[in-house]
Amino acid sequence: MDRQHDTLIIIPAFNEQENIGRVIREIRDTGYPVDVVVINDGSTDATARVAREAGAVVINLPFNLGIGGAVQTGFKYALRHGYEYAIQLDGDGQHVAAEIRKILDPVKGGEADMAIGSRYLAETDYKTPLMRRLGMLVFSFVNSALVGQKITDNTSGFRAFSRRAILFLAKYYPADYPEPEAVVVLGRNGFKIKEVPVRMRPRAAGESSINAFRSVYYMVKVLLAIFVDVFKSYQKVSA
Amino acid sequence: MQMRIQIFAVLGSLIVAAIIFELIRKRKLQEKYSLLWFTAAIILLILSVWRELLEKTAAFLGVYYAPSALFIIAAFFGMLLALHFTLVLSKLTEQNKILAQELSILQEEIRKNTQARRGDPFEPVAAMESVESKNANDRVA
Repeated sequence: MDRQHDTLIIIPAFNEQENIGRVIREIRDTGYPVDVVVINDGSTDATARVAREAGAVVINLPFNLGIGGAVQTGFKYALRHGYEYAIQLDGDGQHVAAEIRKILDPVKGGEADMAIGSRYLAETDYKTPLMRRLGMLVFSFVNSALVGQKITDNTSGFRAFSRRAILFLAKYYPADYPEPEAVVVLGRNGFKIKEVPVRMRPRAAGESSINAFRSVYYMVKVLLAIFVDVFKSYQKVSA
Repeated sequence: MQMRIQIFAVLGSLIVAAIIFELIRKRKLQEKYSLLWFTAAIILLILSVWRELLEKTAAFLGVYYAPSALFIIAAFFGMLLALHFTLVLSKLTEQNKILAQELSILQEEIRKNTQARRGDPFEPVAAMESVESKNANDRVA
């Protein structure tokens, strides 16, 4: 399937056979003019088959690269096929496909190079465990200070990107804790970021890659990575 | 006593240098990764043979027992080598990631172009159980 629309939905998926089919069908049911690519990050289950049968293009990584490497593969695919906009969306069904337009509009309108779907911008029924909530507040404080703009949901994996951002991230997407780091890296390199309130669902099946008991460890590691990011040098990337 | 440690130090440096030389000769070690090893072995060899230089170096470092300075210098090179390997490893990891990404994107393009004729050559093993139904679908389509 070649490019049919100017917007690409990138879904990183690792062992998501229970959810991925429903996620893809939900996107198609909205009728939005988007193409869908699933980056199968070395799954050991039938994620690739389920995704392909649901009508997505499937890119099979030969081994697990982690979420950062997977999403970056999506950016590279988007560049190769000439997409103008990319949307990152989780393969676990947390994100509501009908909200795609909300995060895509600011990017299409030139208001933002990255629009983040935020759980915390408006009152939502999304429940966050206490320890994670605490982590979110720390990220929000640190990242907002580094970027010079209030960012409430730094770990949201529901984001829309402009072509300029896609070009940059295809080269520099962070490897280990990509969402909070991407905010800092883009924000400090002259890209416009905007947050949009969205609804999110709790996970339907399977386990999140971050469980509550490891969140403190996760937080410390991400903060260290962000601290290092501030001092890295980035070359201008041109089309 | 000091004579004995000098002999061991000289022997040790010589053995390290010989092993590295042999590994390069057999093409098991690339020259660019062996330079640091060689430098370390030669400096340690010089300091082991040339007692006066070792004593001056020890005095400069504030080490009272001169042979101890050898250990400090050897440890320093050990750290340097470890750092060097981590650098090489990081570069390889990054290159490996890029290769995996490019490979998977190209595989998808090949699959798209050949699927109708030859089935699906790149489907992961876990998904193989559905190959039959998939081929049946292809024939219908």
